[in-house]
Amino acid sequence: MAKKKTIRTIPQERTPMPEQDPSVRARNFKEVACGYTLENALREAERCLMCADEPCIRGCPVSIDIPAFIQKISEKHYHGAYDVITDTNLLPAVCGRVCPQENQCEGVCTVGDTLEPVAIGRLERFIGDMAIREGWVNLPYIEKSGFKVGIVGSGPAGMACAADMAKAGCEVIVYEAFHEPGGVLKYGIPDFRLPNDVINVEIDKLKQLGVRFECNTLVGRLFTIEQMITEMGFHAVFIGTGAGYPSFMGIPGESLNGVSSANELLTRCNLMRGRDFPNFDTPIQPGRRVAVIGAGNTAMDALRVSLRLGAEKVYCVYRRSKAEAPARAEEIHHAGEEGVEFHWLTSPVEVLADDKKCVRGMRCLKMELGEPDASGRRRPVPVPGSEFEFECDSVIYAIGTNANPILGQTAKLALNKRGYIEADENLATSIAGVYAGGDIVTGAATVIEAMGAGRKAARAMKAFLGLRDTDVVYAPEPSRGGRRFGFAPDEHGYARVRVV
Amino acid sequence: MSNFEIVGREDYSDVTYMLEISHPVMAKAAKAGQFVIVMEHEHGERIPLTLADFDVEKGTITLVIQAVGKTTREMQRNCQVGTHLFAVVGPMGIPSHIGTPKKVLCVGGGLGVAPVYPQARAYAHAGAYVIGVVGFRNRGVMFWEDKFRAVCNEVIVCTDDGSAGIKGLVTKGMEQALAAHADIDEAIAIGPPIMMKACAEVTRPRQIRTIVSLNPVMVDGTGMCGGCRVKIGEGIKFACVDGPDFNAHEVDFDDLMARLGRFRPTEKEALKKWEESCRMGGGAAESGDRY
Repeated sequence: MAKKKTIRTIPQERTPMPEQDPSVRARNFKEVACGYTLENALREAERCLMCADEPCIRGCPVSIDIPAFIQKISEKHYHGAYDVITDTNLLPAVCGRVCPQENQCEGVCTVGDTLEPVAIGRLERFIGDMAIREGWVNLPYIEKSGFKVGIVGSGPAGMACAADMAKAGCEVIVYEAFHEPGGVLKYGIPDFRLPNDVINVEIDKLKQLGVRFECNTLVGRLFTIEQMITEMGFHAVFIGTGAGYPSFMGIPGESLNGVSSANELLTRCNLMRGRDFPNFDTPIQPGRRVAVIGAGNTAMDALRVSLRLGAEKVYCVYRRSKAEAPARAEEIHHAGEEGVEFHWLTSPVEVLADDKKCVRGMRCLKMELGEPDASGRRRPVPVPGSEFEFECDSVIYAIGTNANPILGQTAKLALNKRGYIEADENLATSIAGVYAGGDIVTGAATVIEAMGAGRKAARAMKAFLGLRDTDVVYAPEPSRGGRRFGFAPDEHGYARVRVV
Repeated sequence: MSNFEIVGREDYSDVTYMLEISHPVMAKAAKAGQFVIVMEHEHGERIPLTLADFDVEKGTITLVIQAVGKTTREMQRNCQVGTHLFAVVGPMGIPSHIGTPKKVLCVGGGLGVAPVYPQARAYAHAGAYVIGVVGFRNRGVMFWEDKFRAVCNEVIVCTDDGSAGIKGLVTKGMEQALAAHADIDEAIAIGPPIMMKACAEVTRPRQIRTIVSLNPVMVDGTGMCGGCRVKIGEGIKFACVDGPDFNAHEVDFDDLMARLGRFRPTEKEALKKWEESCRMGGGAAESGDRY
């Protein structure tokens, strides 16, 4: 290896992501960020100091060995980089795009103390996309364990859990209520941020691991969680149904035509392809002037989808300031570039009706920041006499979700006060053999956190079934030679013993 | 779960048709008051339809559909015995609470006659004295009178033109039943929102517990989109997971009717385009009004 890199010798500027021009992309559904070229990736890989401390690994919810995969990129051993990532992360092409890296790996990057942090997410995506293009699949040797595992929900938590359980030799069936697997990755995140083709490739990889997807299956109503255990022969079940159930504010005018949840807009547009209406049958109510309430990732998606559906004006209305906005920095930046107008410190008090029970505008209050609240963020307080109205014909709520009630209604699962499933530190629920993770346990969070929960539950489920946890058994092994998904090729003959 | 094969079909009029779909698991799970969401083909929309019947032995579910919009007309044309639907998911919603009423009025109007049938049957099995009130435009579009006679103690048929049973709306049939039976302790009404609203006003002064089944516009049917939110009393409920049954005396029907028209312009556009494509012609239909 060449001389040791220092903060002075590495490329100082973070390699920019090639992007579609804002004025063009604001009217199409093609991906905004085009992905690093080979040159981009090699230059950015040079920026990693390979520091001894490796804070990025600790910053990653699934503990990807980030310096190792960046090292492989520098060595132009791209398949090796893919091997390192897929040791712990099933979906590099997805996570590279949608993880909030600034709060995770990149947020703690040593380079970031002095310069812009290494663009870890972009490098991860570069490898993920290359794997898709080249058709790389890391298929482990799987020895059947004889156990049957049911997964409820095919979103990121369910997919991550399914992969781990399949690798542990279990027969895995994933149930999905929609007609296509993928959960929020499909219905929620729009194509310009995460193309559905990318998700389909990842789903195909799961199928190659032997995972079976059963769509059009509403667990709880078609059969219950208890029936899965007692009648259908499942030895363990994982619930990853997501939070769902969008929140509204309870202000006057919310049932007017023109008011909807971001979930509804996004589902109609993304999963149901309403943007191609009438070639696809699902209608969308396109707004001319759209106000989106909230400033999380879902709000940014709703704003940018509205623009692409032809809105002339798109307003983001948020009661706190930009600093408190929960969306990824990049999403807010992209939305601004595309022409979204931000109204920070603005709280809606009423949606205004015209004579046809449609939206004609919104009345809002100006806010200012007061003392910090329970979340540690400064609480917005109304400015007296600051009420004002503005014109819009569509109001979209993106202020979070509540717990979906279906499983609580149909299974004897312990729920917390807010209706989310109660799970212990191993994500075990009140029913033996039934585990839960992701938004249905924590409330709305991120894709990678849900995946982390799916993997954590998988570890506990393997322990419950008496299967050796491959992470525990193989992680200390020093050499990475030929390992796939944590399995060494010469390790297939091990015994699995059920704990009695 | 199933390949959603259509194993039976019957046409009750030029716009109303019955589909029997093979789905053994759902046939076993379904209970009165629940609904399904159907997609005819891969490019289709998801439409909610209340279960009209289910048969554990045959392993089938039954839907009665009225051809009003693009999707339901296209299904009328394409859904023949031996064909398959792209997706059928359910049973959705909280099943009707049947309880132990002594005497119950089961009211169905138009297409609503079909989904009220499983309730009438469930009440009969629970030992109640069941009075069925079924309303149609005229004798020509009537269906399932025999099925109601088989499970009800009394059946009152109402038609708008008097061509069968009594002349008048279902509310007239209800008044007749209530006059003859002072001890009716529960009523259930399913039909167009305007009909359910009128039924609620019949029972309100008599303080008879009355249930209606709501079918607003929805996408997923699992509580995720919030499109089906309805005003119940002071609160907002989602028909798909908090319903579809609600206390009729608390439902804001005007709000429901306004919201059912949400997609009327786009639906008309879709229907027009489809009609042009199959050179059928015909008038624009009421949208969102699936009963």
